[in-house]
Amino acid sequence: MNILAKMAMATALAAVLGTAAASAQTVRMGTEGAYPPFNFVNDNGEVDGFEREVGDELCARANLDCVWVTNEWDSIIPNLTSGNYDTIIAGMSITDERDQVIDFTQEYFPPDPSRYMALAGAELSDGAVVAAQTATIQAGYLAGTGYTLVEFATPDETVAAVTSGEADAVLADESYLAGIIDASNGELAFVGDPVSIGGGVGIGVRESDGELKDKLNAAIDSMKADGTLAALIAKWFDGRVVSY
Amino acid sequence: MTTAKHFAFYKSFGTVLVLLFVTVPFILLFGFAGALARRSRFFPVRAVGLAYTSMVRGIPDIVFFLFALIALDQGIEYLRHIMLCPDWSEPIRQGSDFIVCPEAKMPLGSAPQWQHEVYGFFLAMTGFAVVFGAFAANTMYGALQAVPRGQLETGVAFGMSPRQIFRRIHLPQMWIYALPGLSNLWMILIKATPLLFLLGVEDIVYWARELGGIKIGLYSYPHGDWRLAYFVVLLVFYLGLTWVSERVFERLTRYVSRGQDTAGGAL
Amino acid sequence: MSCTETIVEYGLRAIGIGERLLPKADITLCEQFVLIGSGMIWNLYFALFALAFGFFAATGVALARASSQPLLQLPAKAFIFVIRGSPLFIQFFIAYESFVLIPKLGFDLSLGFVDITVETRWLTKAWLGALVVLFLNTTAYTAQIFHGALLAVPKGDIEAADALGMTPFRKFRRVVWPSMLRLAWASYTNEAIFLFHATALVFFSSFPAWRQEGDALYYANYFADKTFNPFVPYPIIGLYFVIFTIVLIAVLGVVNKRLNRHVPPE
Repeated sequence: MNILAKMAMATALAAVLGTAAASAQTVRMGTEGAYPPFNFVNDNGEVDGFEREVGDELCARANLDCVWVTNEWDSIIPNLTSGNYDTIIAGMSITDERDQVIDFTQEYFPPDPSRYMALAGAELSDGAVVAAQTATIQAGYLAGTGYTLVEFATPDETVAAVTSGEADAVLADESYLAGIIDASNGELAFVGDPVSIGGGVGIGVRESDGELKDKLNAAIDSMKADGTLAALIAKWFDGRVVSY
Repeated sequence: MTTAKHFAFYKSFGTVLVLLFVTVPFILLFGFAGALARRSRFFPVRAVGLAYTSMVRGIPDIVFFLFALIALDQGIEYLRHIMLCPDWSEPIRQGSDFIVCPEAKMPLGSAPQWQHEVYGFFLAMTGFAVVFGAFAANTMYGALQAVPRGQLETGVAFGMSPRQIFRRIHLPQMWIYALPGLSNLWMILIKATPLLFLLGVEDIVYWARELGGIKIGLYSYPHGDWRLAYFVVLLVFYLGLTWVSERVFERLTRYVSRGQDTAGGAL
Repeated sequence: MSCTETIVEYGLRAIGIGERLLPKADITLCEQFVLIGSGMIWNLYFALFALAFGFFAATGVALARASSQPLLQLPAKAFIFVIRGSPLFIQFFIAYESFVLIPKLGFDLSLGFVDITVETRWLTKAWLGALVVLFLNTTAYTAQIFHGALLAVPKGDIEAADALGMTPFRKFRRVVWPSMLRLAWASYTNEAIFLFHATALVFFSSFPAWRQEGDALYYANYFADKTFNPFVPYPIIGLYFVIFTIVLIAVLGVVNKRLNRHVPPE
């Protein structure tokens, strides 16, 4: 026990005294890792997905040294403002509420309509139970509708609630649900009309981090200009065509 | 079952065990300090001791973890900021941003990921030590009070100094009274470890949720919702840990009971 | 909006009474205090009912555990081991997942004057499902405490009761049970505090919140998310818990006094 304690002290001390060996600026990319195809943790335990590829490309163009970290969705913004990482690249829609606290780059993914997903053949009646992830724009939207909102901590659980019959439907971004529907062998389907709630998806940065924001904006510009971004969107979102 | 992700899952069992063992000395330290503070003759010290134990005991650990650690993290960075960057003129709080000079970041922004993980682990450990230290302080305070007067008076009769009495008689005898409470605390500590994932440490709960969640076609091995199965594995792990702990404590009780004037010691 | 209006609109929001929409922008300190306080209704509800039911169930389990009948002793022992040996967090998760799997049936329960339809579906709702988990949890912990106390009841007391010719039930009710409670009370107080604090876990990651009706932590979390500042709502909920913990300790202390009223002061 003693040796273990000493080892822990030594490593902690090493972390405290760890000296800077910075060449290119290191940027820590914060993501959720549970929202495919935007971001997910693959079987090798690494962050993967559309945003991983976009992020890596942006970093290469802006000459930044990028490190990927995952964080629970719930506390993803406070951990950005307190400096545990430098960007949020997690399928986060640009909203006024969020914009008051953090800054966003320009969008790198167009506004994604939200869709209801239910068991195939089901209809949504008034007062139906609709699941959403806690603290998402969808949860906020549902609270103001005639539907009964039920909130779960992770996207997985919202989908599980529909398959188990706990909820009649789930409201989430179309591109997230599309993958689930594909994998469900016809068990699940979209229902009702799309709703547009949020703006496009942008990278969140601290308000005081104007320099980083400018660099990322310039890199997004160049990716839009030469078509790489459009190609990546087509690759990850089933051939979706965007006007970038 | 053998992907890198699964290995991360297996490794996280180790993380939990290491955390448990590494934290214990600190819990005892905090507990001991708290108990001594409460016995102090100097009122302010006594008040601090009492405030510490009753505040932390009054707040659910989960609530405490949710804000105290961010506060601790920012506190450390603030101190380093003052020490390392005396010439920094910009305000630290800009709106909701908390900004210290780059040299004061903990760990440095450029540090490799493992250092961040170690630091996160260190913060989590501190959180556990503070919370459970308060409970340990309560137990030890009770145990110190429970040592029979006569034992201490014997020390006086032998002409020992108060310090000698404390170290040679009071302290060794305290353990038998503190042990039931401490063993109970250990059991509670074991069962508080699933809260680790709240602290940003990628522990067994994190990986169980991650591995068990629905996997669509993007993953190499798509499957449905397997979280229940993974959680049952965790359940078995915790039951095993409890079972082993119970056996160890039985032995420990027998050990500290040697030569004590209690029912257990007389046997 | 003045603070009194806020209290009227949000004071009972956690149980679905009052303004339907939660405050979204320009959140005031008053709104945080009121809504988090409103959430405490759930925490108190869970704590009170789980402790009340658990207290009596634990007496039964403790007796079974102390019984010489293997048929009674072994299940009691296993129950205590499994519950005490696993984290409540995981119990919540497993319970919720299994409750969801139970077929959705309705039972008609006739109470003579009213017919109530009991639905298994209620188990997936926090008010029943989480209560069941908390109840089982406190039952096991309390049973273990009571069992220890039961073994410590002085032999002389029991022999005296036998000598007086008391029936077994009377002996238990008048002699064994009061002694057991007296011996167990300090530990039981701790267990009650732990259980009260455990109620904060209910909505945290197992049972979903319906119509944004949740416990104190749910609202604290909501505000931390909306204001992006954890340093206001979490200390508020901490304060509430400290206050109610002190009340809980005081109430149990009064009971303790009563249990020890015949014991001469030292």
